[in-house]
Amino acid sequence: MTSFSPGFQGRGRRPADRLPPGQYPTEQFPVLSAGPTPKVPTATWEFTVTTERGATHRWSWEQMMALPQEDTVHDIHCVTRWTKFDTHWRGVPLDVFLAEVDTSADFAVVAGHGGYTTNLPLQDLRDGRAWLVHSYDGYPLSPEHGGPARLLVPHLYFWKSAKWVRGLRLTHEDEPGFWEGAGYHDYGDPWREQRTWGD
Amino acid sequence: MADTAAHLDGNSLAGPLSEILAVEPTAAWWRCPECARSGPLAELHVYGPEPGLTARCPGCAYIALRLVREDGYAWLTMGSAAGAFRFPTA
Repeated sequence: MTSFSPGFQGRGRRPADRLPPGQYPTEQFPVLSAGPTPKVPTATWEFTVTTERGATHRWSWEQMMALPQEDTVHDIHCVTRWTKFDTHWRGVPLDVFLAEVDTSADFAVVAGHGGYTTNLPLQDLRDGRAWLVHSYDGYPLSPEHGGPARLLVPHLYFWKSAKWVRGLRLTHEDEPGFWEGAGYHDYGDPWREQRTWGD
Repeated sequence: MADTAAHLDGNSLAGPLSEILAVEPTAAWWRCPECARSGPLAELHVYGPEPGLTARCPGCAYIALRLVREDGYAWLTMGSAAGAFRFPTA
């Protein structure tokens, strides 16, 4: 299955129109780390969604790989000012997981192995705008880029696309994550240059 | 502790912190609230510098501090909880 996401449709546009303010294009894929790279075996990997009432939904690696998969192409924007056009990913839309979850929460805290967290409105994980991805450019996602699986939320700055993702915690209140609690913006829209708290 | 990402030692915090702190940063000692290990700033494992510097306990990777730089400002968060101080920088 191929998705026709905003990023995919954007391929026909001129690169200048696809570059958010304050960004520069790169052909590289820089690796930014805030800690040691965790080794996460798929044999014990699981993805959980915990609702605001404490109900936890779990998917093993095999269960996740058996869900509907999408190939999807996006421009990604790092708050450190690089933008990479036309990145190719494969994974499961977050809509597929959330369809099984009964919640009235407004926000999600995304957790990764190694203690990383990031926060965003739950709505930004819906409507074909977010994926749990396990392949990049046709190959299994490497550990330095967040493998075996990371979040992909390409319409927000890339720190929201948590590496080594292990779960979502759904909340009524917006709770700042690892970088959001240290000065970075709670939402992080690259087109509005929401880099830090003051933006 | 798995560690395949490169990190620097705590001396790499000396320049960035000296813009904010009037004292010599490398004279500081630190005690980990998680594993009780203690030692000088130089022993911390430092990741970054982008999107920010993250200093961690060399024993258990608990967060010692985060330092985010942008034009005109530095954001300093001590410890693992949220709550940054924003300092003007030259």
